[in-house]
Amino acid sequence: MKRAGFTTVWLPIALLLPQLMIIAIFFYWPAAWAVQSSFYLQDPFGFGSTFVGVENYTDLLGNVEYGKVARFTLIYTVLVTFFSLALALLLAVKADAVISGAKTYRTLLMWVYAIAPPVAGFIGLMFFDQRNGPLTQMFQAFGWDFRLGADYTSTATAMVVVAVWKQIPVNFIFFLSGLQSIPKSVREAALIDNRSATGRFWDVTFPLLAPTAFFLLIINITYALFDTFGIVDTLVRSEPGNNPVTLVYKVFVDGFRGNDLGGSSAQSVLLMLLVLVLTVFQFRLIERRIHYT
Amino acid sequence: MTFWKIAALNVAVSLSATAAWAETEITLWHAMGGQLGETVNKIAEDFNASQDEYKITPVFKGSYEETLTAGIAAFRAGEQPNIMQVFDAGAATVIGAKGATVPVQDLLTQNGVDFDINNYISGVRYFYADADGKMIGMPFNSSSPIMYYNVDALKKAGVEAPKTWEEFQSVTAPALKDAGYIALAQSHLPWIFTENFMSRHNLPFATNNNGYDGAEGTQILVNTDALKAHFTAMTEWKDQGFFEWYGTGWDDNQKAFDQGDVAIWLGSSGSFGGLMSKDLGFEFSATYLPYWESVTKEPTQTFIGGASLFAMAGHDAAENEATAKFFEYLTSADVQYYWHKETGYVPITEAAYELAKSDGHYDRFPAAEVGIQQLSLPGGENTKGYRMGFYVQIRDVMNREYGRILTGETSVEDAFNAIEKEANDLLARFAKTQG
Repeated sequence: MKRAGFTTVWLPIALLLPQLMIIAIFFYWPAAWAVQSSFYLQDPFGFGSTFVGVENYTDLLGNVEYGKVARFTLIYTVLVTFFSLALALLLAVKADAVISGAKTYRTLLMWVYAIAPPVAGFIGLMFFDQRNGPLTQMFQAFGWDFRLGADYTSTATAMVVVAVWKQIPVNFIFFLSGLQSIPKSVREAALIDNRSATGRFWDVTFPLLAPTAFFLLIINITYALFDTFGIVDTLVRSEPGNNPVTLVYKVFVDGFRGNDLGGSSAQSVLLMLLVLVLTVFQFRLIERRIHYT
Repeated sequence: MTFWKIAALNVAVSLSATAAWAETEITLWHAMGGQLGETVNKIAEDFNASQDEYKITPVFKGSYEETLTAGIAAFRAGEQPNIMQVFDAGAATVIGAKGATVPVQDLLTQNGVDFDINNYISGVRYFYADADGKMIGMPFNSSSPIMYYNVDALKKAGVEAPKTWEEFQSVTAPALKDAGYIALAQSHLPWIFTENFMSRHNLPFATNNNGYDGAEGTQILVNTDALKAHFTAMTEWKDQGFFEWYGTGWDDNQKAFDQGDVAIWLGSSGSFGGLMSKDLGFEFSATYLPYWESVTKEPTQTFIGGASLFAMAGHDAAENEATAKFFEYLTSADVQYYWHKETGYVPITEAAYELAKSDGHYDRFPAAEVGIQQLSLPGGENTKGYRMGFYVQIRDVMNREYGRILTGETSVEDAFNAIEKEANDLLARFAKTQG
């Protein structure tokens, strides 16, 4: 067989160049700059700067508050990922079983997807308003003195609820299409072997959904870590105070509000490393065990 | 006429117009949203209409923090505006960066504008000045924390607005509680109960002359008996139902006053315009921030809050002249009085203050005068201002620890130890950025 190929070396390079330039200019150059400035303490206007070696990193790692923010981010990510996946899966399984009016259900469930994170945050502000938010009143009826913005646990709860609510539709869409791609013959065969619906779900449906679930797991972790920024900012009204914040939000607070470029660059570098670890984890450890067919 | 002919004509007209006027165009980046922004636009329009040599374009850049960050980024890219509005907490950053701005005092005198620092009211003179008393930033929207009170509530409880915190806790608060009110709320703990706690009692806020003498070695002085006693008292008031805290957000705390739950609210003198425009359902008035008689018998003036205008460096002489002329216009008595009337921010010059008085503004609205009166109280060695780097983050640390005190997560003692340590670490880091 004849192999199709380019006759010159330069054409493929020229064709790749725009893409490579975009990656270089918008990803590698800023990342390299962040790594460099994480070793300096510099005047925001760019007049003075002092090379401080790894001091920005040691300051961070020795900072009790940074540890608290990291711990909160971890708990927050676990909760948001778990609940948005679990609830979306439940909804998808139920919606998959609906026969009449299925389209209406599905459209309504996907709707929230179109809402931008800060808008979701504003909707959260209304629901959790200290004075007349319906959810605040509900919590208070159960005897919990819920106070968004004043009480750490209250704000944390509101952040998780809003972030989960916002993410469910994305997961729902993926799970639903995953469910619908399971061949009918497989389902019918399972139906003969096992009469319990729960048993069939865990033995047959869930393993077949695993590629989708795994993909969503990674997507949801990055969502909770990075994309919930708008929700956090809106719910704390840009004044973190004693409220919980995530690591990404802290980069913003220190760098863009506080103008501490060195310190916030060091924080970004740590986050880059975290993403690197996540990626390695994704491709090395889990992808091998999951069959995409 | 066809579309293209009209377009060509438009281009021709605008070209000839530019050539004929040869205006010097300058830009102002500010953080005044909503009603305040419209007032800024009006002042700019009036300035442009008042002469035909200069044209200023105000641009709204978001919050104070966003405006400062945008200005810094623009400066690094060589695209800085002629004038940038910088808030109190950002002053050390911009003044520390020598070469980023042209000191306003130099700018004015070099461009033939009369300048005498004594024409400014005493409270605003030195806040944005350097250690030698040279004015670097032009005070613009200046405010101070004052005490607003619900006149009906105080009448119902049969008490007067308290002058001291001793009076508040022994007389005012119990009476208000019996009358069914939460006595006190406030909207900004670092500003009202830390920075201005220091100025009201003439206590030092930082070493190195409150930080004016340089970033090197400056340490914060908040871990003191007077301030800790104040926060201990606040937690007691909260337990007794005299005081409530609704979180770090400004509006959450003000709302409780607006809706009549809280009888006394500590806010900004710049809140006056907003309160006047609301239908509150009760009569309100204002007076000075109370003080602790146990700390001082002679309470002093407070710091100005709000923001000032900085002339950014790197522009040619013609543009700097335009900036100077705009500052001259802005500080004229008429414009200052207009700004004061519309927004509630204090007039920054004595002449504007006199004009407001002679026009009967304070006969109509006595509470509008409280801010400027408080800023004109006797001063002390610690009341001219403070200068600390990374101060935005120091405020964040204070807000965090104060919130923890008030939600019972930490003790007053531990909180102030934490603030002192973290603030001093930040100050030391800032000093290194200046090297």
